Amino acid sequence: MSGTYLLNDAIISPLGFGTGANLQAIRNSESALKFHNNSRFFKEGYYAGLIEEDLIDSGFQRLGDAFLYTKLEKMIILAVDRVIKGSDAFDPQTTGLVISTTKGNIDLLARNKFTPDRLYLWKMAQVIADFFNLEKRPVVVSNACISGALAIRTASYLIAAGRYKNVIVAAGDLASEFVLSGFNSFQAISDEPCRPFSKDRKGVSLGEAAAAVFLDSENIGEGGDKIQYLDAVTANDANHISGPSRTGEGLFQSISRLMKANNVEAGNMDFLSAHGTATNYNDEMEAIAFNRGGLSQVPVNSFKGYYGHTLGSSALIETILTKHSLLDNELFASHNFTESGVSRDLNIIRSHTRKELNMALKTASGFGGCNLAMLLKKERRS
Amino acid sequence: MSDLHTELKKSIIEQLNLEDMEVSDIENDEHLFGDGLGLDSIDALELIVLLEKDYGIKLTDPNQGKEIFNSINTMAAFIEKNRTR
Amino acid sequence: MKQLFIRNSVLIRNSKVLKNGQLLMQEPEDLQLSKFLKNIYKERKLKYPKFFKMDRLSKLGYLGAEILTNGQIEDENTALFFANSASSLQTDEAYAESMEEFPSPSLFVYTLPNILLGEISIRHRLNSENIFFVFQDFDAGLFVDYVSTLFSQGKTENALCGWVNLHNNDYDVFLWEIALSGGIDFNEEELKKLYLPTHE
Repeated sequence: MSGTYLLNDAIISPLGFGTGANLQAIRNSESALKFHNNSRFFKEGYYAGLIEEDLIDSGFQRLGDAFLYTKLEKMIILAVDRVIKGSDAFDPQTTGLVISTTKGNIDLLARNKFTPDRLYLWKMAQVIADFFNLEKRPVVVSNACISGALAIRTASYLIAAGRYKNVIVAAGDLASEFVLSGFNSFQAISDEPCRPFSKDRKGVSLGEAAAAVFLDSENIGEGGDKIQYLDAVTANDANHISGPSRTGEGLFQSISRLMKANNVEAGNMDFLSAHGTATNYNDEMEAIAFNRGGLSQVPVNSFKGYYGHTLGSSALIETILTKHSLLDNELFASHNFTESGVSRDLNIIRSHTRKELNMALKTASGFGGCNLAMLLKKERRS
Repeated sequence: MSDLHTELKKSIIEQLNLEDMEVSDIENDEHLFGDGLGLDSIDALELIVLLEKDYGIKLTDPNQGKEIFNSINTMAAFIEKNRTR
Repeated sequence: MKQLFIRNSVLIRNSKVLKNGQLLMQEPEDLQLSKFLKNIYKERKLKYPKFFKMDRLSKLGYLGAEILTNGQIEDENTALFFANSASSLQTDEAYAESMEEFPSPSLFVYTLPNILLGEISIRHRLNSENIFFVFQDFDAGLFVDYVSTLFSQGKTENALCGWVNLHNNDYDVFLWEIALSGGIDFNEEELKKLYLPTHE
């Protein structure tokens, strides 16, 4: 199976603008999750990873008129701009754009100073494509919390089908009142920063962020090691539209089918980037699925303690971070982890560690019973 | 059967979109979840909203729900005791 | 790439239900959507109480899949590829309204378009591949490119595809099956013809 290379990338988050700034913040064990007291849905306040629009606007100034774009559009444009800047292969006539988002500009439902069509996800994507004068119509993947990784697979398939030579995959979602109140109505929001896989976990913390990565079938650019996206598989739990399967069926099936299709085994995995939202049921479900997949010994983390759950962005951000883990031979601690609170053994990464890394598994799960497993591999180049 | 029992059955059928059911189909002591009426976790969350909206009761601990939402009888008893409207 | 074929197709549009071009049901054009959906459910003699709990987008997808497959999907690995233009916006608006008073969890859960894939997966017990796309309008070429690659990579041998769009109670539903054998070649042109039949 021909892989696709994950080349330039960018993360725009409360931890910083640009992947480098984000990696540095993670190395310093910083978290985007801060206490906020500005929502009528949380009388006692809540923790979330939010970006001040002023900060986005000051970054956006050099690119365009901040007044013409929504907060989320500006975040995604900032990410895409960084990715394009260093990509010689970028060509506005042939490069594709695949966007991952769950809710897009949903905050406009409350107060819309833009045209109503900005609420459509395809319209938001078109605004971003137009900003960069892209000729190809953008594609939107909206498949709950696996969207970010599914967008990478979509891009890889569309390159394989000959539709594009290369693709920018971008993602973005806001921690809007809409999703905050919704997760709260599910009684799923933690009253302290989330603690994935921990005994004392109390639920999710939400975050907002955007990210982008340049995908190409050719290994181009500077020398040095490159990370290949090898393959990904999705599987549905067929169990419940919001509650994860008690047996981890969908996640287990996505992992086992992926390994079988690529002739790899659990023992080949040097790192596992889990979904780890810190709800009781999700983390337990993942632990069961990983155990069934023989992954108990593989070093694993959840990045949610750093960012919160960034919905349509999370799986793309975590894939980018996994890429850099592989490149830099660096395992990042699962932030806020205390002691194991799941029924199966997991090898949770407790502190940042240097280790030779070659292959990683990334998983994600979401509402609608969807699950995804993805393989990333390092290709060495002298 | 008290008015509250009937009222609860009506609002459960309406709020939880049990369109194929009528008030007379729900027994007072029937389990609402599992093998009884077959409600699920989202229904439980919606019942928590119903308690707050119609009776001014805010459940602080979601685990409380298990006992309260056992049947129409247990729900009615809990509401009688705790209602603020 | 492997040659793929379109088997059955279903259209639900303008208060009509068509399967493989044959008119199965026709209701008055001004009939309310909620009533129309219920009538299809009754007419097809379906017995699936979960139907009543679904939002309208999921109801449209569920009904389309029942009619397309006669309630039976033989291959449990049948992949699901769906797309639309308005995502879950109709339910988003209903949920936003509930936010004014008490945010409704049973509405919030439907504020993602791929929930309808979950509903179809649960109904037919499919642990298979899922994806939901959003385009401005029906994009036959993208379906062909994505689905063909999935087949050629050996991920599946059957697929159930759909365009299920809903906003302001305006709906447009087109579902079709793809397999390794069948009647109609699976390509952009044929797909467009089925989506917009000229004799309609």
